[in-house]
Amino acid sequence: MALLEVRDLRVAFRTREGTVRAVNDVSFSLDHGQTMGLVGESGSGKTVTALTILGLTRSEQTEIAGEVLLDGVDLVNLPGSELRDLRGRRVGMVFQDPLSSLHPMYRIGWQIAEAIQAHERVSKNAARARAVELVRSVGIPSPEARVDAYPHELSGGMRQRVMIAIALALGPDLLIADEPTSALDVTVQAQILELLARLQSETGMALLVVSHDLGVIAEQADEVVVMYAGRVVEQGTRDEVIGAAIHPYTRGLLESIPHVDGPRMAQLTPIPGSPPNAVDLPPGCAFHPRCAHARPSCSERVPALLRVGPEHRVACPVLAPAGPSTADTPR
Amino acid sequence: MGERALGGGGGRGSLLARIRSPLLRYILRRLAWSVLLLFLVVFLTFLVFYELPSADPAVLRAGRLATPEVVAEIREKFGLDEPFYVQFWIYTKGIVTEFDLGFSYYKNVPVREEIFARLPASISVAVGAFVLWMAIALPVGILTALRPRSRSDRAVTGLTLVFLSAPTYWLGLVVLFLFARDIGAFPIVGGAGSYVPLSEDPKAWLESLILPWIVLACGFAGLYARMIGENLREAMAQDFVRTARAKGLTERRVVLRHGLRAGLTPIVTLAALDLGVLLGGTILVETVFNIPGVGRYAVEAIQNADLPAIQGTVLFGAFFIVLAILVSDILYAVLDPRVRY
Repeated sequence: MALLEVRDLRVAFRTREGTVRAVNDVSFSLDHGQTMGLVGESGSGKTVTALTILGLTRSEQTEIAGEVLLDGVDLVNLPGSELRDLRGRRVGMVFQDPLSSLHPMYRIGWQIAEAIQAHERVSKNAARARAVELVRSVGIPSPEARVDAYPHELSGGMRQRVMIAIALALGPDLLIADEPTSALDVTVQAQILELLARLQSETGMALLVVSHDLGVIAEQADEVVVMYAGRVVEQGTRDEVIGAAIHPYTRGLLESIPHVDGPRMAQLTPIPGSPPNAVDLPPGCAFHPRCAHARPSCSERVPALLRVGPEHRVACPVLAPAGPSTADTPR
Repeated sequence: MGERALGGGGGRGSLLARIRSPLLRYILRRLAWSVLLLFLVVFLTFLVFYELPSADPAVLRAGRLATPEVVAEIREKFGLDEPFYVQFWIYTKGIVTEFDLGFSYYKNVPVREEIFARLPASISVAVGAFVLWMAIALPVGILTALRPRSRSDRAVTGLTLVFLSAPTYWLGLVVLFLFARDIGAFPIVGGAGSYVPLSEDPKAWLESLILPWIVLACGFAGLYARMIGENLREAMAQDFVRTARAKGLTERRVVLRHGLRAGLTPIVTLAALDLGVLLGGTILVETVFNIPGVGRYAVEAIQNADLPAIQGTVLFGAFFIVLAILVSDILYAVLDPRVRY
């Protein structure tokens, strides 16, 4: 059984301007120890998907449908107290901006110890000692002194390491990292990604990395899910999605990554147009107004995901190779 | 500790720089500012009362039937014939060395004694009202923050407007006519003029102050409930609250330890200021309820054109406000580690 299985997840927010269907029919699964990359532009629904796994989007204005199975237990309908017990303990989370994600008025050691004490009956001193060890394990120098620092006294990279220490405090099976490097300097980004990879290989946890940067994903992920306007447009193994991308949106993302080892004056190709308004999506395939391959039929109905390889699925009937492929998610 | 001391302004030879703790250094600096501010207040009040009096202070001081000889004697004794700066020096020295605020023209007793005698009443009114309004505002504010746009949220907003718009003297009379033992429709507690010092009879003290507390607390409670509600709502939308939830903390802890800690900090400093203003005397409430406090003393002093008494109450009020500013600055620095000293 997969560690995490998301089935037909839908998330909608009721706002004054109308209902925002942020996530529609998203399905994927993640095994123990594996890394999955969830890619898309801002507004694609990737962050909402990640937050919804732990029920962090629950509110009176939110409608959540579908299933999120963690070892077979559905988290979507789990009572608040049971969900709370899983947060931090089975699933850890790292957010985009570590400065705003850490409480500005508490020392970092306190914030790490708090995560431990939320789930285990340990003494204050024991929790603090573990906090020091965690700070050491995420590569922060002189951890005994650093646990007494406030977030604003640390650099951005150090703060994100603290966030990772909090997320890993209880040895979770799954770490969800939502844009873990987007708020950091380029040089620091690589260090944080390396740290995540090292911690993953040490602990055997599964990793779900959410990013707008396909470059970040391409390095690490075993599997890739590409989202656009709240829907999965392409998913599969890294080799399938990165190596043999079919969907014009995925291709566009790949062409807009700068390559250090590429030809010197190589032209980057941006995707024309801008992401659609979430309240008022274009009919049919939401990408068709920006797509060079669009046909009249593209605006008629939402394309289903078509199986084009062992794991590879793509939501583009125009470019999916014809043949044995079958629509395996008919709707 | 070593890491955190980096960035401190060591090395300079000044007295302040030699103090190791940045917080202590900050407090000392604020303290120096407060002294300067107080000196300025003393100077301004002295200037106003030196320049403004329509009558000769020596004549006022001498009383109605004084002979010219007596007036001249007084003028010399109190240095009233000296130039401005000498008089200011005498005045300031008196305040600094023995908190001497001069003699009341009207009663011929030291203003200092008069104010000190009335201070317990004013402190009772201010502190009691403060406790009451915070006890109301905190839970109501938290409740409205967690249920925005709910009925209770709207009720608080409406009630706040009513109580803020209702003049204190009107509200005071209304509660007196409702609940005062002498004139009230439901005589359950002491009315106007029933004040008894706490040291004499705690029960009577409490009964006599319930109505003033309610009247004074009403407006503040509504205002603070709204401010706390707004600040907490803002804090609960912050990223660190999401982190707190992702750690698996109970919602109660998320609100109380994470949301409130960030949302209440600005409120605490504001509350210190408001309390400081009230400690200097609450003129309207003390007048309506006939409480012998510093506020009513100020009113009497104005009615009697008792210049030293007016000067004294003004200085006294200013002293509490400067003290409140100092306390609120220090509180903020202690509560929010991001404050740069």
